[in-house]
Amino acid sequence: MAKERKKIDRRWVFLLIFIGVAIPLIVKIGLPVETSKNVEMVYNLVENTPEESTVLISFDYDPASMPELHPMGKAILKHCFRKNINVIFTAMWPMGVQMAEDLIDQLQVEFPQIKYGEDYVNLGFKAGGMVTIQSMGKDLTKIFPEDMYGTPIDELPIMDGIKNFNNIMFVFSLSAGSPGIKEWVQIVHDKFNKPTSGGCTGVSAPAILPYVNEQQQLTGLLAGMKAAAEYEYMIGAPSTATSGMDAQSIAHFIIIIFIAIGNINYWRAKKSNEKDGL
Amino acid sequence: MLGFFNILGIWLGALFTFAIFSFLYKDNPFYKTAEHIFVGLSAGYWFIYTIYSILIPNLYNPLTSNISKNWILLIPAILGIMMLLRLIPKFDWISRYPIALIIGTTSGVFLLRYLKSDVINQLTATLINPFSSGDWVEVVGKFMLIFGTLTGVIYFYFSKKHTGTFGATAKIGIYFLMISFGAAFGYTAMARISLLIGRLQFLLGDWLGLISP
Amino acid sequence: MKRKLPLVITFSIGVLLIISEFIPHKPFGTLSGELEEWFLIISGFAIILGQLSLFKVNLFKVRFKQKDWQFSIVTLISFVIMVGFGLLWGTENSSGIFGNGSSIIQLIGDKPFDYLFHNVYQHLQATMFSLLAFFIASAAYRAFIGRTIESNLLLIAAVLVMLGNTTLGGFLTSWLPESLKFLHLPELKQFIMTYPTTAGQRAIMIGTGLGIIGSSLRIILGIERSYLGGK
Repeated sequence: MAKERKKIDRRWVFLLIFIGVAIPLIVKIGLPVETSKNVEMVYNLVENTPEESTVLISFDYDPASMPELHPMGKAILKHCFRKNINVIFTAMWPMGVQMAEDLIDQLQVEFPQIKYGEDYVNLGFKAGGMVTIQSMGKDLTKIFPEDMYGTPIDELPIMDGIKNFNNIMFVFSLSAGSPGIKEWVQIVHDKFNKPTSGGCTGVSAPAILPYVNEQQQLTGLLAGMKAAAEYEYMIGAPSTATSGMDAQSIAHFIIIIFIAIGNINYWRAKKSNEKDGL
Repeated sequence: MLGFFNILGIWLGALFTFAIFSFLYKDNPFYKTAEHIFVGLSAGYWFIYTIYSILIPNLYNPLTSNISKNWILLIPAILGIMMLLRLIPKFDWISRYPIALIIGTTSGVFLLRYLKSDVINQLTATLINPFSSGDWVEVVGKFMLIFGTLTGVIYFYFSKKHTGTFGATAKIGIYFLMISFGAAFGYTAMARISLLIGRLQFLLGDWLGLISP
Repeated sequence: MKRKLPLVITFSIGVLLIISEFIPHKPFGTLSGELEEWFLIISGFAIILGQLSLFKVNLFKVRFKQKDWQFSIVTLISFVIMVGFGLLWGTENSSGIFGNGSSIIQLIGDKPFDYLFHNVYQHLQATMFSLLAFFIASAAYRAFIGRTIESNLLLIAAVLVMLGNTTLGGFLTSWLPESLKFLHLPELKQFIMTYPTTAGQRAIMIGTGLGIIGSSLRIILGIERSYLGGK
């Protein structure tokens, strides 16, 4: 009978991962964060946006992706508010509305001067994905006749002169899937020729990366918690993503050790089978 | 009272977190209950937000405030109600008309957008001059990008048998796809661990007060 | 009438939207703009349909005492509570039947709908997805075996990307001299992502893009009709 690889109860693996993540959160190592090109591109996009201009940030995620996308959103908003850039919030996911509200609640402590309706506005959730985004590009007021609080958008000072994407400097999507960053690229950049950028979960990052190309379909990309930590580092405001980096390191290290053990067991079993003439 | 509800909220969060984590030991009624609460709340949330974010501002308000100007919105309103008739088996065929509109719109938009963004623009982004940079690492990389994309596309061409030169080219395409799947696994691992970090930041921070961000 | 008219609608609308891309003036531009607005409203009804359908399925499960029907009661109660709270006191940004809910906010700190969202729903969903962290570690042990060239490429790319995506990866190779900087783990990860991974993903993107274009054409031309149902 061929020898099988040693089987371990997977609950031991679960326990190790749990401990491997928990301990570095309590006992911090604080390894330095290095920045990457895609994150620098996003940073430069915000940095080179003129003061008092308007950008659109879409919250296309829900609590399932909060640890990755919330710190990104917070860092980007901080950067925008520091630079006096006006921000329009939208959401292609219904829970994105609450995500935006949560971030604003947190940031109002640091930026007490920002005023709703003047420096930022929450236009809320709309369904319809790509078709709705295309319609926004033609006439924003048709899709958003009023903001989340029921105020007609013509009465909001921030919306003065904002008719469609032509009046917006760039669009940034915090995206956990579809509709999200892909749809924004396809419409905002590829149809209306406006800079588009975004942050996405690690899971969707490889599929979005082809848009970061010489045509700049996507201007940079924040991919997962590591990119969020890099952005926090770049704006000098370490927060939850930075404090999670040690745990991320240890957990990845544990997974790599498991891969190594799995392979060693496989090769040992294979060698032993060959020896036994099986 | 406010403080009580704040603390209760955190404890509720912790309780439900552990109820879901209990699945790691084995499936159990606590997990199942939490799972079904999740489904119910999720559906309720979508229901309410759709009413407050779409049906009231985009349909009800324009119709009630100025019907003579916005009467045309009666058409999607009727189509929407026709869509709801899908719930009644006897009349479910009526929902085909709004579905036809949705499908027709989606097809028309998708055809053009995917053609431009995912086919034409991707091919343009691939057919680049690999020697445009002086750095040898970038030159090698750009060659890989061009070669990998073309061989990958060849792999997906199944109308011709993968033998001979064509088969060998497709095989190289598989190698590139494998690297990209490996990288995707790496990113997926990062994403999943991030979610666990988020949970433990809540348990160790908000609940137990052992850490601060 | 029951099948032909929907096909005519799909064809006309699909063609209209394609024409409006090239002739964005009246009447095509106006019509396509109108259709996009209708799309949003009908999508809203479609979401409502989805939630009502879930309610109906669970109600049937309870009524006919199907397997695990007790848990369906939990789903139904949670749904009714969330919808009830939302309708009565509204959400963070909207008023409900009872107005803006200022007295209840003074009592519990939030509107009941938002209280449930922040303290129950948010945690349930976040934890549900975080379970995958454990399973991915277990899967790595079981499935990531370098048996062939393909699986070795998969494994090596995964390990390098995992290391490159951490601060530990940068720390491990920080001693490398400038001439070997391309072997620095974050740089190596960047290289893998920018070139071979993008190549593979782009091939998939072009393939699926062509697939979507083909499907859209089949739908518009009435060759693909499965969306109309079997009857």
